[in-house]
Amino acid sequence: MLLEVKKMSTEFKLKRGVVKAVDDISFTIDKGEILAIVGESGSGKSVTALSIMGLLQNPGRIASGEILYKSQDLSKLSQKELQKLRGDRISMIFQEPMTSLNPVWRIKDQIMESIMTHMNVSKKEALARTIEMLDTVGIPSAKERANDYPHQMSGGMRQRVMTAMALACEPELLIADEPTTALDVTIQAQILELLFRMREKFHMAVLLITHDLGVVSEAADRVIVMYCGKVMEEADVRSLFANPLHPYTVGLLQSIPQIDDDSDKRLYMIKGMVPNPLNMPPGCSFSDRCDHSMERCTKEMPELQEIDGHKVRCFLYEEAKERGLSRK
Amino acid sequence: METMKSSNSDENLLQAAEYVEKPESQLKIMWETLRQNKAAVVGLFIIGLLAFIALAVWLSEAMGIQILPYDPNYSDMTKSFIWPNAEHWFGTDQLGRDLFSRILDGTKISLSVGVAAVSISLSVGVILGATAGYRGGKTDTAIMRLMDMMLAIPSILLAIAFMAALGKGLDKAIIAIGLVSIPEYARIVRGSILSVKENDYVHAAKIIGNKTSRIIYKHILPNVISVIVVRATLGISSAVLDTAALGFLGLGVQPPFAEWGDMLGRARGFIFSAPYTLIFPGIAITITVLAFNLLGDGLLDALDPKARIK
Amino acid sequence: MSEVLMDIQNLAKHFVIDTDFLGRPVTVLKAVDGVSFAINKGEAFGLVGESGCGKTTLGKILVNLHRPTTGKIFFEGKDLTVLDEEQRRSYCKDIQMIFQDPYASLNPKMSVGDIIAEPIIINRLLPKSQVEERVIYLLNCTGLARHQRNRYPHEFSGGQRQRVGIARALAVEPKLIVCDEPVSALDVSIQAQVLNLLGDLKEEFGLTYLFIAHGLNVIKHISDRVGVMYLGKLVEIAPKRELYANPLNPYTQALLSAIPVINPENKKERIILEGDVPSPINTPIGCRFCSRCFKEMDQCKLNEPVLKEVSPNHFVACHLF
Repeated sequence: MLLEVKKMSTEFKLKRGVVKAVDDISFTIDKGEILAIVGESGSGKSVTALSIMGLLQNPGRIASGEILYKSQDLSKLSQKELQKLRGDRISMIFQEPMTSLNPVWRIKDQIMESIMTHMNVSKKEALARTIEMLDTVGIPSAKERANDYPHQMSGGMRQRVMTAMALACEPELLIADEPTTALDVTIQAQILELLFRMREKFHMAVLLITHDLGVVSEAADRVIVMYCGKVMEEADVRSLFANPLHPYTVGLLQSIPQIDDDSDKRLYMIKGMVPNPLNMPPGCSFSDRCDHSMERCTKEMPELQEIDGHKVRCFLYEEAKERGLSRK
Repeated sequence: METMKSSNSDENLLQAAEYVEKPESQLKIMWETLRQNKAAVVGLFIIGLLAFIALAVWLSEAMGIQILPYDPNYSDMTKSFIWPNAEHWFGTDQLGRDLFSRILDGTKISLSVGVAAVSISLSVGVILGATAGYRGGKTDTAIMRLMDMMLAIPSILLAIAFMAALGKGLDKAIIAIGLVSIPEYARIVRGSILSVKENDYVHAAKIIGNKTSRIIYKHILPNVISVIVVRATLGISSAVLDTAALGFLGLGVQPPFAEWGDMLGRARGFIFSAPYTLIFPGIAITITVLAFNLLGDGLLDALDPKARIK
Repeated sequence: MSEVLMDIQNLAKHFVIDTDFLGRPVTVLKAVDGVSFAINKGEAFGLVGESGCGKTTLGKILVNLHRPTTGKIFFEGKDLTVLDEEQRRSYCKDIQMIFQDPYASLNPKMSVGDIIAEPIIINRLLPKSQVEERVIYLLNCTGLARHQRNRYPHEFSGGQRQRVGIARALAVEPKLIVCDEPVSALDVSIQAQVLNLLGDLKEEFGLTYLFIAHGLNVIKHISDRVGVMYLGKLVEIAPKRELYANPLNPYTQALLSAIPVINPENKKERIILEGDVPSPINTPIGCRFCSRCFKEMDQCKLNEPVLKEVSPNHFVACHLF
């Protein structure tokens, strides 16, 4: 086991109140595993990633819980100690390749900086490694392109450069926050392909954060579905898509227009909207949008139950479990 | 399974009652935010006080009633250089005129010059900047090069040059100061327009059939106005300073009228013998400028939608 | 035989990036470079392509945000390209647009009711006394409540703002609405709501859509016919079912193949394209796709293929045909 997040909560202290962006979540990532966290805006998935990396800014802070990386609690480390890990053992790539690269530095300098900070190599060796990485991620004429500035490259290339930078020190864990959202479909396919190759080559684990269930289905081994800061469902990819349990997951899957869906019927819609984090409904946070909500749902928040390796947070399954069934 | 009442039940009730919410006043929100900034409130209070004084003095002079303790222009050589005492709170100057009355009298000049000069800069600057920003191309280049030429010369020198051409006097000073600041407003307006112009709602305004002029005035300028208001508030304080500077140099108001800068200039020689002749006009200028700056900073926060706490 | 509402002929939009000292163009960005197709009354024509293909620019030309460099646009038989500003403005009652970014498409200083009322008022479509009623009607049509009329855009969510934008477009009772990626910026669960709404409105008001998107899955749900663009040109047009069942142009095939499929059981053979989308500046001679094409032949580098009908209503631009 590489990373274990234990009952972590992250909150933001605003003038109008405290927003719990992440509420008591726990999960693990093993070596070489691709775990996807799926959710919409306000689900807390990006905040989770930032919390793990220690990149939260005021007024956000980790309120409770542990983030155990090989039995070291990241939440208790100082920024200096975290810096040693960042880029070296744990790396991150972000959504917007345009704003994640420093526009006044050449590509090669940005990657070399990362290498030389963490590895004890000469400048010449760092440059050689940089070009090797650029080549690995599929940048054509890597030796020449290394001298480019970010604005001279397209979005897809920049994303690949960022990936090269993140992988330069062969990290054990890569956190990818919506790595393909801003990219064209054909480039997205390339980047996902790249992540697979990297996983094969370096036996690297990936925490993939996305709202795109299609990407999850293609790329992930296991999935966590988040809603309003809580884990609603967790399963391996096959099980989640074949047998989604939580009404939110079911709704999401049904509302996505499918390429292989030939019928012209209306798309299924989840009614209502994501609630205001300062004004959450009592009980289960999904209760006001759920087709199956019962009276109990408006009073209490269900616990996360495990059924055959498939975790779900919903009262529908508490009773089902009691009855010894594994699906509704 | 029973379906629960949606948390939008309040919405449903309102809908049923055909109730339409009153429009939320933008001004009210701005005022609330501003109120929380204590410095800005102090600034506003001081400005209010100064405005009150200026108005009171002006009205009384127009109606022939004397509310000032002494006639600000009455000179009694036997009473020159009296230190501040019970009869003359700020003392008297070299010509025996009561300093307190002169300072109060000067308020109306300073404020009116500030407001008048900014009005000139603003009106011309907004039109030039809006045209340059919206039209773009050669028009933009032509206007901005002209503005650049004006900005290349230090504003005081430019003002003096204008005064040389126009002649001495308060009204000429107003025009000179007004002209000098046009480029700043033109630039700010142009910049704001450029940033707002590419927003989709401006495109939408065109698509639904608006003419260009209406697009600028109804869609672009209202979103740009906050920047202008802040700049104008700060502009009043610099106009006050510029007036004082011109007065100090003897180019603005002509004697015997009371104007703080002029008073400061004439008191130069008495810095050691009668320092109060310098201190009080100096303080008056400082307080006025400070008040407008505090208000301007407060407005910047109050009007900036990003900084605003919703 | 359906009636043609808008006939686009050889439309091109070139942006001059650099000129030499004599003012002659040196670098030209050919955003749209010779596009021809027709939109039939009552249909939803889906226009799909990746960034830089020119689909958004094309949409903007149709609503008069850009003037075309060359080409003609016939709307109900009338040539729009020869009209002056004022004459063209009168067509705003017939052709409207819905925008992609719900956060930038509404004037933050106007209440949503005023935003919707504006097109009615400036075009003098109704007497003053009836405007308000129509505004409320439009709000309700798009799923918003009457009492929200005086609220400002920042008080609404992305999906709701998009609804306001739709209501605004409907206000003039247009015949054609250009939808420029209207759901791309929305959350997945809201996308379905808005797509359903657009479908319902089309039925109810007999609208015609030009639906621009970069996602072939979204296009499939709402379109009747689909056109695929690449680097300023149309490379394939076909009725929906035909295009998805039988894509002929290699680019279309790659585009379809690249869409992640929800069902992990259906893991198919993916076509991964090499290289990046080339720039619309300095477009290559010959077929624009050949640098990335997996079925490239010799003549592809030399001649540009022309769009021709290969089977009933199915047009392709490719040397394979």
